This record gives sequence, C-alpha cells and structure tokens, in this order.
Amino acid sequence: MVILRYALYRFGTMLLTLLVVSALVFIIINLPPGDYLSNQIAELRATGQSAGVAKAEFLRTEYALDRPLYQQYLIWVGFIPGPHGFSGLIQGNFGWSFEFDNPVAEIVGDTLWLTVLVNVAAVLFVYVIALPLGVIAAARSRTWVDYTTAFVGYLGLATPNFLLALIMFYYGHKYFDIPIGGLMDPVFEGEPMSWEKTKSILVHLIVPTFVIGTSGAAGMMQRLRANLLDELGKPYVETAIAKGMRPSRMLVKYPLRMAFNPFVADIGNLLPAMVSGSVLVSVVLGLQTIGPTLLTALKTQDLFLSGFVLMFVALLTLIGTMISDVLLVILDPRIQYEGRET
Amino acid sequence: MIPLLAVEDLSVGFGKGEAVVQNVSFEVLPGETLALVGESGSGKTVTCRAILRILPKIAQIRTGRVLLNTPEGAVELSTIGDRKMRKIRGDQVAMIFQEPMRSLSPLHRIGNQVGEVLFLHEGASEKQARRAVLETFEQVGFPNPERTYRSYPFELSGGMQQRAMIAMAMIAKPDLLIADEPTTALDVTTQAQVLGLIKDLQRDTGMAMILVTHDLGVVANMADKVVVMHKGRVMESGDAEPVLRSPAHAYTQQLFDAAPTIPATPKPGSALVEDDLILQLKSVAKTYVLRASSMFKPDVLIHAARGVDLKLPRGKTLAIVGESGSGKTTVARIALGAEPPDPGGEVLFRATPQSDAIAVHSMSKDARRAFQRQAQMVFQDPYSSLSPRMRVQEAMTEPLEIHGIGSRSDQKEKAAQLLQQVGLSPDMLLRFPHAFSGGQRQRLSIARALMLEPSLLVCDEPTSALDVSVQEQILTLLESIRDEMNLSYLFISHDLAVVARIADEVAVMRQGLVVEQAPPDTLFYNSKHPYTKALIAAQPTPDIDRPIDLKLVAQGAGDPDTWPEEFRFDKTTMPTLTQLEPGHKVRCYV
Repeated sequence: MVILRYALYRFGTMLLTLLVVSALVFIIINLPPGDYLSNQIAELRATGQSAGVAKAEFLRTEYALDRPLYQQYLIWVGFIPGPHGFSGLIQGNFGWSFEFDNPVAEIVGDTLWLTVLVNVAAVLFVYVIALPLGVIAAARSRTWVDYTTAFVGYLGLATPNFLLALIMFYYGHKYFDIPIGGLMDPVFEGEPMSWEKTKSILVHLIVPTFVIGTSGAAGMMQRLRANLLDELGKPYVETAIAKGMRPSRMLVKYPLRMAFNPFVADIGNLLPAMVSGSVLVSVVLGLQTIGPTLLTALKTQDLFLSGFVLMFVALLTLIGTMISDVLLVILDPRIQYEGRET
Repeated sequence: MIPLLAVEDLSVGFGKGEAVVQNVSFEVLPGETLALVGESGSGKTVTCRAILRILPKIAQIRTGRVLLNTPEGAVELSTIGDRKMRKIRGDQVAMIFQEPMRSLSPLHRIGNQVGEVLFLHEGASEKQARRAVLETFEQVGFPNPERTYRSYPFELSGGMQQRAMIAMAMIAKPDLLIADEPTTALDVTTQAQVLGLIKDLQRDTGMAMILVTHDLGVVANMADKVVVMHKGRVMESGDAEPVLRSPAHAYTQQLFDAAPTIPATPKPGSALVEDDLILQLKSVAKTYVLRASSMFKPDVLIHAARGVDLKLPRGKTLAIVGESGSGKTTVARIALGAEPPDPGGEVLFRATPQSDAIAVHSMSKDARRAFQRQAQMVFQDPYSSLSPRMRVQEAMTEPLEIHGIGSRSDQKEKAAQLLQQVGLSPDMLLRFPHAFSGGQRQRLSIARALMLEPSLLVCDEPTSALDVSVQEQILTLLESIRDEMNLSYLFISHDLAVVARIADEVAVMRQGLVVEQAPPDTLFYNSKHPYTKALIAAQPTPDIDRPIDLKLVAQGAGDPDTWPEEFRFDKTTMPTLTQLEPGHKVRCYV
C-alpha cells in the first residue's frame, strides 16, 4: 500500500519536527531572565529564611538547573543521563512542577485527556455544523437561507467566547437544567469510569463544545461557502449538468469534492487554535483542561510544567496536520508525494 | 425531412438588460452539421446553451421556442420541466466545451466521468458501463483504453482530454451534439486531428452537430449549414457552400477578409539579406532541471531550447512558430535577457548600425538599462498585462519616469501623440483599462511599449487572444509602425497564417529545436520538414476547396521518431540544421 508508506513517512517527519519543536520550546521558556528556583531563592534571601534557601539549592542540583543550558535540554528530553540516570520525556518522565510541588505527570494527569476530549468534541462540532450549513448557503446563495446563515455565522464570530459561555450557562441551566461548570458531576471525580460517569461527562460537554466551537464553525462555514461558490462557476459543473445529472447529486459529487481540500487542510490549524483559544473559556467554565494550567505555569516560570504543556499542544498540532495531509493525499489524486508511482 | 432541432424566434436576456440573443431561428436536419459563427459577444454561445437551458441563473428565455424531434414526437425544450430536461441532456443532446482540462473534474477518473452518463440514463451496471466506455474510448482513438479508464484528467494531454470529452458526449449515442468551440484551446495539429475524429464519428453514427466557432477555416472544413451571428442577431444563414463561396452579407464578407490565410498558390521567396543584424542568437540552449521525486532517482532534464541560432536583420520581422511546449517563449525570454541561456550560448544586440554589438547576458548595470530601453515587449493577453488600477496616462508614462526621461508635460505629450499613432484618441489618457475593448487594450500595450522609442519589439502572440477582425487591425498597425519607426520584431506565434502575413523569416520549432527556417513564401512553396508540412496542412483555411489534409498532419505531428529517417531526432542525437537552398534551412541528414 503506497498510502501506508506515505503515512509512515509522514509519521517520521512528524517525530523530527517534534524534536525541533522541543528545542524551540526549551529555548523560549528559558529566554526570560531567571527561573522559578532562582526567583524563589532571591525572595527567601530577602526575607532571611536560610533554611528554605538550602532546600532550593538542593532542588537546583537535583534537577540539573546548575548545568549549562544545552545539557539541561538534553537531560530534559532524555538524551543524556541526569543526576538520576536517563530520565527525560522519552523515558516518560515529564519532570517536577516547582509551583505545585508535585510531579508534572500528576498535576497534568486527567486534564490531558479531558483537553483532548473537549477539543475533539469541539472540532467535530465545527465540522458537523459547518458542512451542511456551508453547502446550503452556497447552493441557495443570495436567498434568505444564505443571508440567515451568514447573519448567525457572523454573530457567532463576533461574540466573545467567555460571554457566550456565561449566557449559555444562565439560560441552559434555567430552561434545560444543564449543569454549571466542570466536566462531570463532582460525585464522580476520582471514581473509575462507569456508564453514569460517561453520561455526566457528556451532559457537561454540551456547553463547552458549543462555546468553543461556535466561532470556528462560523468561520469554516463561510470559507466553505466561498470555495463552493467559486467551484460552482467552473466548466466541469456545466459538463455535469449537460450530462443530465440532478443538481443535488452533481453538487455533492463534483464541486463539493473540490471545495473539500481547504476544509480538510484546516484540521491541523483548528486543534491548536482551540486549545489556546479555550483558555479563557476554561477559566470561566471551570473546566479542568490544560489551558489554565499552562497559564499558571508560564506566569510563575515553572520550567518543566510549561515545557510539557507546550510540547503537548505542539503534538496535537502535528497530529492534526498529519491527519489532514494523509487525508488530502487520499482525497486528491493531483497531490504528489514521495514514492507515488506516476 | 422533419428537422431534428428547430430554434424559432429565440431571444435571451440577462437580468433586466437588453436581449443578448434576438429573434434567432434555424433548423438542424438529422445528421447534418450546422456552424454558428461569430466573434466574441455575438451571442453564439448563449444561443447554443439556451437549447439545453444551461444558462446562468439571471438569464431568461424571453421569446421563441426550441423544438427537438424525438422518437416520442416533438418536445419543446424551452418549456418542459426540469426532470424531463435532464432526461434529454446527455442522452439525446450532448455537449462538449472549449477547455477540456477545466471541463473535466480533476478529482475523478476519466472512466468514471464518462461512464456516469450511462448510469444516469440507462441505469447501466458497473460492468456494462465499463464495456461501453472501453468501446467508445477505442472509437475516439485512445491507444490504450484500459489505461485511460483509470487515468485522471491531468495525466492526459489537451488533445486526449478533448477526446475523453467527445467520448463522454458520444457514449449515449445522442442524436445531436452541441460543440462549443471544441478545438479553440488546442494546438493547430491537434485541432485538425480532433476535427477529423468528430467528422468520422458523425459519418459512423449519423449524429447531427451544432458547431459553435469563431474560425471560418473550421467552418469550411466541417459545416453543411452556416449561421453567421453578430451582436445577438443572425446576419446570414444558409447552406455552407454558397455562404462560403459568395457571402451575401457585408459582415460575413468582412469576416472573410479579416481571416488570415496561408497563400493558396505560394511563390518561392528570396533569401533575407543579413548584413545589419540588430539581434543575433548564437547556439542558445536552455535546460530546466526537474528535481526527481526521490534522492535515488536521477533528476529529469527538460531541454526547452537546444542549439538555437537566429539572426534578426534591422527593420525586419523574424517569427518563431511552434505549438505549446516547443520552446518559442523560452527563446524570446532569453533574447530579452529575462533569463540566462545555458553556458556557451550568446545573445548579441546592436542598437544602431554603427554601434558595437553587446552581449545581452554579460553587460553592466548601465548597459542593461540602456538595453531595456531599446528592447520592449508586447504580451499575449491585453487583459492581464495592463494594471487595472492605473490610468492609461500613468501606465504609459511610467517607463519614462523609471528611466528619468523628459518633464511631466513632455511625457504626457508623448503619450498623447503615441495614442494617436496607434489609432486611439488622446482624450482617453485619463481612463482606466477596463473602459477599453480587447483590441483597444492591445493598442494601448503597443503604445506603452513604444514610449521608450525602442528599436526592437518582442511580440509574444500579440493577436491570439483577439477576434479575427480585431486581429487583422492589430497586425496592420504593427506593420505600419514597423515601417514608420524602423522597428525590428521578434514575433512569437503558434499561427502560421498570422505569421505568413507579417514575417520576413520564419523559424519553426519543435521540442526545443528549430526544425526548418525560411522566408514564409519559401516555407509555404517548398516546405521540406514533415512537421512544417503538418503545420501548414493543419491550418484550417476558410476556403471550401482546401480541406485539411489529415494524412499530412498525421505524418508530421507525431513524435519525432515517427518521422522519416532523415529527420528523426531524440534526446541526444539530432541532424544539423542544413542549408538546402539560399535562405532555406532544414534539420535533416542529407
């Protein structure tokens, strides 16, 4: 299977990109002067708590922060042994969070898959809403259907997400008894997965999905409409009509297929935009996603925590682009890739 | 005989505007070919689309009706419901379009797109459709139908794509084929072959055809009946022979006069005197490297031009003729210094008879600026070569400003004077390009090119985007300013008939090589090379007694290794360009 070979090749380049990203991430979080521990030491010295200073100094050597930057990086990724042997990202050790005084893995823990869950739900929402609305708006362009969808779309684009979140909470709770805040009923927190817990999560997902996905869906819908309208004027559409095709079937088979490329290519952009875009929403909605954690970590220069979160977002992006690249190759025979027979 | 299709008093309009097709009537008998002839804006395309009601949403049929005679009796196409219309489209009346590449969906296999007609109209199974498609592919001349079935459109050449379109139109065995400029986008030799194919298919199946075209040469080769349209009205209609032999309407006559032709009885020409050369190309070659898809495969070398030696005497016109991909534009770009030739090639330019020749590709910055003043270019598409945001005056005075010549008022005066010289009026200086027609725009670009008083003008297909009558005017203009201002032209074209008129010498190119070179008269009188012969034979002439000689076309238009032995060449070995008689060179082994 040629396509499988391409997918493998694409996976290889993804790992390579991830490596480059890790270096960039590490450099960027080290750019501001000082780090979490030196800030703390300075503060402890100022208040004269020498015992704390000793502990902080101990942590510095413990996490190799006293070594040159390139060594810190290599230890962090896991290419060279640190004070406790090989123990980096590759080995599955994500480091220590100084701010929360806990291993990063433990702090991040559940929020990781909750983030993925919320964002995948939002992406699905975007596609499920944008696809039919965009197609209808294009097929019935310059009619009330088109104008209505455009109006609703622009409304969705223009409303700040957190505001939308608050409004939805209020009315959702008042009229539909949709629970406020969190990603599940507090009863289930820490409990093992069960049918009841799943149900609770699904109900809690409704509002965040809608809030995070709305603007994306509105934009996507307008892009699809514009692309489709361009395609509808092309000669191959005339050819299809001259064959005697029904307009609806023609629309789906030819112009929609053509307008689909940018639609698919957007998957990669959508994921990171949603993760970073949903920080504010997560704060407002009290979602235990990774967004708020990233915010705190960056503010306090919590080296390993912020590094890990940034890497995680990068990974999501890369997986998104990989999926869209492979899908594009499957969808469009004109796209050439390594090793394709011509 | 009952006509297969009758168009009666048809008027079509867009929105609230005046009708663009007014009271058009004609009839098509079973099996015959009717040509709808006219220039752009004549309403010929709208008329043929109105038959199948494939019109933009804002268009309406205002008066008249279209009757199609079917086995179930007459059907009024202009009023039947959409569902019934869909049954007719593609089944009884099929249609092919001008640009085959854009008329096929790029994402679906050819076999699927062609076979779809059968799924739609005959409810054929996958297997039945496949068999029928393969049969039709064989009929329209695909050497390997199985392979074509699996191909995507971008894997085929333009001629092959149009064959696929024809197969799609033919597969349901329609009674009527509407062909809207089916060969306009194709090279002339390909056009001849596609026209021949359509004719053969018609003879085999007894299908009638409405052929929409602007080319009287195509009409003379194909039509039984002619309808000449102008500004939405029928000017003249009738059987092809009387209309073509002695047109009754002045407009038809005008079209005939404008159509460029290759002389019917050519005389031998005399060799060009080559003492004062303004431009000389010495063994110019250009190789493009196509990076290989994998590091283990060698890169692919594309020879866009190989060993081109050309001489342009002062005040003369040298034409380079060839089909798309022959390398003619590459040579022109190298001549202008826009691209360097491969090492070993040289382009020499001599601004005045007294001055020294300078090498275009190894000159100083100042010399380059001077050269750019001396050599100007006129482009193919007058719509995209003028900035829509610049007034005529700005567009024209800009070159003078760049070179810092003259005061503002001098520049403006010069622009006004040149506008007059190209047949426009000085009060058009403040207009924007969109206020001009295609022909007027091409006059503008010529005037702009003349602003710097160049001595050399490179014309890249300056008339191929224009209607015939406009093309004629532009050629006349180019001739007169050449003689008035003592200009020299390097003229790039795919059209031998245009070249026949304006050129003093013609170089015919194929696959980057000049295969034959001679003054046009000599070329037409005594062409030696099979490819030149094919080009001449393929040129449709509006003379009903000179049909296209398909045999000659087939002999010369194929791959170089199908040529007679003395002309063959491949990637590495080739015969030299040999002088057979004074001023007549042919690439052959003697």
